[in-house]
Amino acid sequence: MSLVHSSAGEVLEPILERYSRNPRHLMQILRETQERLDFIPAWAVDHLAEALALARTQVQAVIDFYAFFYGSPRGKYRVLFSDNVTDRMQGNTALLSRMLSKFGLAQGQVSGDGLVSIDTTSCTGMCDQGPALLVNSYPVTRLSSQRIDQICELIKGRTPLEEWPAEFFRVEDNIRYKGVLLSTEMVNGQALKRAVELGPQGMLAEMKVSNFRGRGGAGFTTGVKWEACRNASGETRYVICNADEGEPGTFKDRVLLASFSERVFEGMTIAGYVIGASKGLVYLRAEYRYMLEKLQAALEARRKANLLGKDILGQKGFDFDIEIHLGAGAYVCGEETALIESLEGKPGRPRIRPPFPVTHGYLGKPTVVNNVETLAKASLIAQNGGAWYRGLGTKLSTGTKLLSISGDCDRPGIYEYPFGVRIAQILEDCGARNAMAVQVGGAAGTCLAQHEFGRKIAFEDVSTSGALMVFGNNRDMFEVARNFMHFFKHESCGFCTPCRVGTTLMCNILDKIANGKGTAYEMNELSRLHQLLSTASHCGLGQSAGRPVNDTLQKFRPSYDRRLSQKDFEPAFDLDAALAPAREITERDDADAHLGTDL
Amino acid sequence: MLSPRETPKRKLRVATTSLSGCFGCHMSFLDMDEKLLELIELVEFDRSPLTDIKHCGTCDIGIIEGSVCNSENVHVLREFRRSCRTLISLGACAVNGGLPALRNELDVREVLREVYFEQPGVVSNTIPNDVELPLLLDKARPINEVVRVDYFIPGCPPSGDAIFKFLTDLIAGRTPRLDYQQMRFD
Repeated sequence: MSLVHSSAGEVLEPILERYSRNPRHLMQILRETQERLDFIPAWAVDHLAEALALARTQVQAVIDFYAFFYGSPRGKYRVLFSDNVTDRMQGNTALLSRMLSKFGLAQGQVSGDGLVSIDTTSCTGMCDQGPALLVNSYPVTRLSSQRIDQICELIKGRTPLEEWPAEFFRVEDNIRYKGVLLSTEMVNGQALKRAVELGPQGMLAEMKVSNFRGRGGAGFTTGVKWEACRNASGETRYVICNADEGEPGTFKDRVLLASFSERVFEGMTIAGYVIGASKGLVYLRAEYRYMLEKLQAALEARRKANLLGKDILGQKGFDFDIEIHLGAGAYVCGEETALIESLEGKPGRPRIRPPFPVTHGYLGKPTVVNNVETLAKASLIAQNGGAWYRGLGTKLSTGTKLLSISGDCDRPGIYEYPFGVRIAQILEDCGARNAMAVQVGGAAGTCLAQHEFGRKIAFEDVSTSGALMVFGNNRDMFEVARNFMHFFKHESCGFCTPCRVGTTLMCNILDKIANGKGTAYEMNELSRLHQLLSTASHCGLGQSAGRPVNDTLQKFRPSYDRRLSQKDFEPAFDLDAALAPAREITERDDADAHLGTDL
Repeated sequence: MLSPRETPKRKLRVATTSLSGCFGCHMSFLDMDEKLLELIELVEFDRSPLTDIKHCGTCDIGIIEGSVCNSENVHVLREFRRSCRTLISLGACAVNGGLPALRNELDVREVLREVYFEQPGVVSNTIPNDVELPLLLDKARPINEVVRVDYFIPGCPPSGDAIFKFLTDLIAGRTPRLDYQQMRFD
């Protein structure tokens, strides 16, 4: 016991001190604990619960909710293969099997010596340079059999991650097509200066003139959101940057944070100035943990330049600073109220809306939650003016949109287009020659077939949070939909029954169809479940979970039909085999101890 | 041809059975009380605990209580599916597996060993293996995992009113619908 207590003190106390023993920081405290101990042991749960004056179950609930927190040992090296459909197309399944066989492990199993565990995880945002994996939260890109073999050797030799070849961890921006955001030169602080010259009301007016809409997917007018928050009653306000880019196939925010973080931070500061907030929070997805130190250094430099901190730019009373919080592997936290719950140190379950965050957000205070791209573009609008911005794009969708393009094309990467660009144009630019389908907006988005390639990227036509996955002629759209459905099942937070049970039922049916046991009955069930999920689920996750199935059922029906049994119905399992254990223990093998397949 | 105003005068033939259930859903059926008299104007019963007919003949509606736990359940369920135009899953066990499905986390061999060897007071030293006895499936299943099912009436048990509403809707050609008040899960 003394050993336990001394390590509890040694390991946990400095972490607790760093976060001022504030239970709101529970996520960060758990993350740092795990970075030290490789998992979160029961004694640490006890210690943290006591130190933070929380019930043990509250701490345990957070550990259990997030995929990247482990309550039991997971291996010194924790390898997670990204399992988006784009990783699958790049061959991650064979690479996963290769690594598993090198260690003689099953997926999810921890090696006997506690050295390594290997499993899969949802899209890690490296679709343009996959297949990818995470090892102890750090991404390794461009996997090949050779690279897998090297990784196995490094793990067997217990080589610390810092000594692995830097090339393994290289993450490219792959910017292929620059629009106004990526091509405009911006000097740090220039946009902020301009905003201060305009004053909060003037800057807000510019935002409204620009008719700029949020880039996270929902497309709410940013100026209206800021104004609602500014007018909400209360003293304290917050700005939150949603960098929980979990939508499969999306990686534009990764690039913005890697190479344009100044613009994002500047946009946050401008938002803070307009609404009267003195604190901003960045919610960075755990998969982007590797950027944390660099982002913190950028914040420190801004403080030194008086672009953050007290009396910014010499403006008396203009105080604003930014904190970075890391997520822990939960797609649902991209939903703004779930994200707020997570920032408060709780499991990320979406709240009931209304009230909306602009009046009751972080800690119950008025809060603006904006996407990374939204904030970066707010700084561009501050610098160049709302009227200028309004001149770009379409009437209802002003400005440009960053697209993360991956899949079957020659030049995957980031493309910035004015709104109104046609799908066919995009496909030509990225070198997608034999596209059969594109999935716009990630797993929760829209699947378009060839006859729809004339449609436009815009809120009034095909809206998107920024993902565009291309599927060539040889792809099987049934398997694409099945991959997405399993993603939703894994990521359902479990709070509401339609989503928790519905995603599982849809997965079971798709698996049954994949095994050749599906019938017309299952096809009807899929449509019925999609209908139920889309109308009865608590948040957007469940509401959109059935979409990839529904879209592919309409547009790629033969990929389902060819798998169907012509029978009226078939069980998903073998009834005769289900009697085998009972046959064994009763030592029976007579005719009545068997079941045929006929009705 | 009937005009849209008319409804068929023939009584519909209905069969009911309980697989691995507690007969609570059938008790609830009887709880319709005086409404049974209304129902009997519309239907006649084939195989059912009410008639003691042993095998299901050709029917319009089959109603199944209980989950599928053993080989006999499978045979009965298949007979109902073959014989009934419309098959209804009645109550929590038939719909979701219910109480019998609580054993699904356990190995059925361990369950039998525990019951026939380990329990205090047990004097036998064999697990019953007469060929007359149906064998247990490795898992208890809701009926829709074994045959195609047309309708589901949830509840443990569904109330007599709910069953009456559902059947009269169905007989009249309305898509059956239970109001919130008619849903009962405790």
